[in-house]
Amino acid sequence: MSVEVILRELTTGFGQTMMIFALTLVFSLPLGMVVYFGRTSRFWMMRELVKLYISVMRGTPLMLQLLIWYFGPFYLWKMNIGGSYKLIAIILGFSFNYAAYFAEIYRSGMKSIPNGQYEAAALLGYSKQQTFLKIILPQVVKIILPAITNEIITLVKDTSLVYSISYIEMFAKAKQIAAAQTTVVPFFVAGVFYYITCLAVAWVMEHIEKKFDYYR
Amino acid sequence: MKLLEMKQIRKAFAGMEVIKDISLSVSEGEIVAIIGPSGSGKSTLLRCATMLETIDGGEICYLGKAATWVENGRTMFPKKEERREIQSYYGLVFQNFNLFPHYSVIKNIVDAPISVQKRNKEEVYEEAKKLLAKMGLADKADAYPCQLSGGQCQRLAIARALALRPKILFFDEPTSALDPELTGEVLKVIKDLAAEHMTMVIVTHEMNFARNVADKIIFMDKGVIAVEGAPDDVFASDSPRMKEFLGRLSKE
Repeated sequence: MSVEVILRELTTGFGQTMMIFALTLVFSLPLGMVVYFGRTSRFWMMRELVKLYISVMRGTPLMLQLLIWYFGPFYLWKMNIGGSYKLIAIILGFSFNYAAYFAEIYRSGMKSIPNGQYEAAALLGYSKQQTFLKIILPQVVKIILPAITNEIITLVKDTSLVYSISYIEMFAKAKQIAAAQTTVVPFFVAGVFYYITCLAVAWVMEHIEKKFDYYR
Repeated sequence: MKLLEMKQIRKAFAGMEVIKDISLSVSEGEIVAIIGPSGSGKSTLLRCATMLETIDGGEICYLGKAATWVENGRTMFPKKEERREIQSYYGLVFQNFNLFPHYSVIKNIVDAPISVQKRNKEEVYEEAKKLLAKMGLADKADAYPCQLSGGQCQRLAIARALALRPKILFFDEPTSALDPELTGEVLKVIKDLAAEHMTMVIVTHEMNFARNVADKIIFMDKGVIAVEGAPDDVFASDSPRMKEFLGRLSKE
């Protein structure tokens, strides 16, 4: 099998990889915000529950979580699930896992805003909502960007974990071809794909960071 | 009617009484300077007056309207609309400015009048430009706070507070974070406001400034008002604590 064919095969797989990547970001970034609000809720029951959720998400392998999301409904409740459920399980698994990490990043960003900003906003008459949206959030975004970049880059590579539930994306394709053709070339090609994607993510994020360079 | 009345204010942090039964009132156009050693409760008193801290006893009124009071050990507040109304009567200038770093100089000033007071945008910008000129910051409108000196930051903070047209302006050690030269810049601005009969309560360690600009001086010590009166009387007071405080200052 020529490199050209391997490349073509992996490119179609890469589409799947990117879809998992993009959908996970779309859901986990806002979901992380919800988790953050739960983590810092006024009600201790809520706080403790969300803390437990975060510790489970961080304390167990993502691969294991994917297996549970995928097989759980059938083995636990004998639910009959169609073939399309596999992608849903993947997006659920990734989104809930990454939301836990994002929530903690948001929390670190919120904590680094000096109390004086809240006090100044209160004195100027801003409502709680205005203070958060106009004064706090824009500053938090600037602070957390480097940590978010880290997570997004990790996500690019973590998409390969879906091979554990036999979802065919780029990495699974590479494994298939490598096994069938007894060659490591597809692994190298896949590696280049991942590397370039991460490079692109880093490049984009650096530009966003630069947009926030106008102050401090 | 008194612009501000604080009656028998008490405030404790974790059982430590920081303010013990302090009463003070400020009339329209009056300038009150609060002096005293660190830890005497000066800043806490301002923070109570501006509702950044809740009081544990007493009552605070602005123009006769109760802003907060204590009933059966519970701190009470008026209804939301009245609270907002009372809040618009006062402004506070912080020791460390607390400017919004992500807003330009002009945006720091205009944002609250536009988005909180819902005033006309053009009118607010016009007024902000005048305020900037008054503060000697006319050429800095599009700069960001991080590009300003400490003195410029504090003058901007004063402009930001004035833009909301408060009836009374509180200053919490406005020059303590500044070197002597920058201190002079900021004190000059406050003196200009004094000449316009702006009602002000100023917590400060600048004794000469307090003496020159204030109508009334309050010397606080260990959570109580130790001496109170016209500047010359207070500085000539034979209170041993006051003498000790001033003596220590002049020795420095």
